[in-house]
Amino acid sequence: MLKDEDRIFQNLYNDSGADIESAKLRNDWNGTKDILEKGREWIINEVKSSELRGRGGAGFPTGLKWSFAPKEVGSRPHYLVINADESEPGTCKDRDILRFEPHKLIEGCLIASYAVNAHKCYIYIRGEYFNEGQKLQTAIDEAYKNNLIGKNALNSGWDLDIYIHYGAGAYICGEETALLESLEGKKGQPRLKPPFPALIGLYGCPTIINNVETVAAVPTILRRGAKWFSSLGRPKNTGTKIYCISGNVNNPCNVEEEMGIPLKELIETHAGGVIGGWDNLKAVIPGGSSMPMLPKEICDNMKMDFDACVENKTGLGTAGIVVINNDQDIIKCMARIARFYKHESCGQCTPCREGSGWMWRMLERMAAGEATPDEVDMLFDVTKQIEGHTICAFGEGSSWPVQGLIRHFKDEILERNKFDPVVKKQKNIPYLVDQHLLEKENA
Amino acid sequence: MSIKKIHKEQPETFKFNDKSMEAANKIVSNYPDGKQQSAVMALLYIAQRQNDNWIPLQAMKYIAKFLEMPYIKVYEVATFYSMYNLSPVGKYFFQICTTTPCMLRGAYDLVKVCKNKISEKENVLSEDGKISWMEVECLGACVNAPMMQVNEDYYEDLNDKKLEEIIETIYQNKIPKPGSYSGRVNAEPINNRKTLLGNKNA
Repeated sequence: MLKDEDRIFQNLYNDSGADIESAKLRNDWNGTKDILEKGREWIINEVKSSELRGRGGAGFPTGLKWSFAPKEVGSRPHYLVINADESEPGTCKDRDILRFEPHKLIEGCLIASYAVNAHKCYIYIRGEYFNEGQKLQTAIDEAYKNNLIGKNALNSGWDLDIYIHYGAGAYICGEETALLESLEGKKGQPRLKPPFPALIGLYGCPTIINNVETVAAVPTILRRGAKWFSSLGRPKNTGTKIYCISGNVNNPCNVEEEMGIPLKELIETHAGGVIGGWDNLKAVIPGGSSMPMLPKEICDNMKMDFDACVENKTGLGTAGIVVINNDQDIIKCMARIARFYKHESCGQCTPCREGSGWMWRMLERMAAGEATPDEVDMLFDVTKQIEGHTICAFGEGSSWPVQGLIRHFKDEILERNKFDPVVKKQKNIPYLVDQHLLEKENA
Repeated sequence: MSIKKIHKEQPETFKFNDKSMEAANKIVSNYPDGKQQSAVMALLYIAQRQNDNWIPLQAMKYIAKFLEMPYIKVYEVATFYSMYNLSPVGKYFFQICTTTPCMLRGAYDLVKVCKNKISEKENVLSEDGKISWMEVECLGACVNAPMMQVNEDYYEDLNDKKLEEIIETIYQNKIPKPGSYSGRVNAEPINNRKTLLGNKNA
């Protein structure tokens, strides 16, 4: 177990209050000016050598992302945008940072905006987190009052304004370019990349977008040194991470732990174990609903970091761990997730708009045992048609969980769906089966 | 994308009151000159709060003029995002999260209670017209599942009994206390906390 002193978010459970005095007791805003005085290059290099990877799901190295911002400010101003549109089912870590550690985030904003040459920072919070946003606003007001941000922040000569922008209940706005569209007052439909936001982002200006947890971790990393951070976890998967453990566990909770902690230890130690004991475990979704689920056999020895997850054909994502035990109907659980994606598809790309609905309807029928055995392969094919054929990663996010289900629980679906229609005898009627599946057979 | 129904009976006019106007001007000033369109989401929300929790078409027209943007662009935004109500909802608007993490912990029991105690169908007002309910997608409080949002507040760690109590409290003209209903503090593991104990006891 990680030592308490190595935890970044000391106020994760709000033991001591989120106001500025309490925050300063937790070492926030301590020596921030010295950090800024060490210069842009030092900050970016330090973040690079800490090997901090983005905590929003994709795990992109943060220092590298910052270095993409143009070195000199040209005719267009730079922007820093913080992604607090936390909507991934299973994830609720940013919420606790917004309400209990707002000063870590604001301090991180100051450092990050200095590093990327931005004088304006927008924090995009999902609309449902209205109260959390109000708490953050209170902290921002405190910071202005104490000259921590604003004109000539901390007498460092750097100006920074921070504004909150509320979303209005669209999951897709967590995708960085959809978020920018939404910030510009349009509907949140992702943009084609390239150009990447680092060059052409908000209002066509260079924009760096970071997750809340990433930015909030930066001040502590710089204060304690990249060496300290990279000594935790293992190379390329360093530091600590807030894990959200929900579902069929005895004590669902948020907890900050070292990267690479074994999944079993995480669930047994912090979340009080699976309801009905470890042997009652059916599957775990390790990184928010977009990531493929893992059956118990893999969970037994699985480590929780980016690379270990990829080795097991899933992803760490946001580290929203959803535990599903044997009392649940696994197909129904996935059908509900498919419904979520059907509801949240922005409708821009056809494979996703149509495919997410198909997946949902097919899974509902499979949960009810009304599908044919053939349809399992057909469903897998639908997921393959969506994956990689959309503008943004929503296509992957919606099809991976279904692929995970089929990969690990195909037998169970087949067991339930034995319904054999007349169609089988007349397989060559193109209207009744997916034409290209036949073509593949004939090829 | 959710399907949105525009309410049949629309008011003939809409105007920001002084409070809304002040808030709207402040928000517009958050964005660079000429980029006032960015404020459209916030302004729709302000209009919704002013107009008993729903947005009439006149409000969209008003906002379009206010921000010097085409009416259809405002309409587009209002229909895209799920938090804008385009028809009236109850004064207490129950949004029950039923996405998988909540479902695993019994969110559909809460839906049953809503059907029994509020109205058989979603988005239909209760008999006294105070409450309406609907199922929503993940509200981002998964470790406190099952949970719901009533207007701006989260009610967490619920079960059917506790939800019944909450509904009764509202019927008795009292406002129920938001937060966790299992007695735990925020997102800590109840009775099983092993971290940051020094802070807890400080």
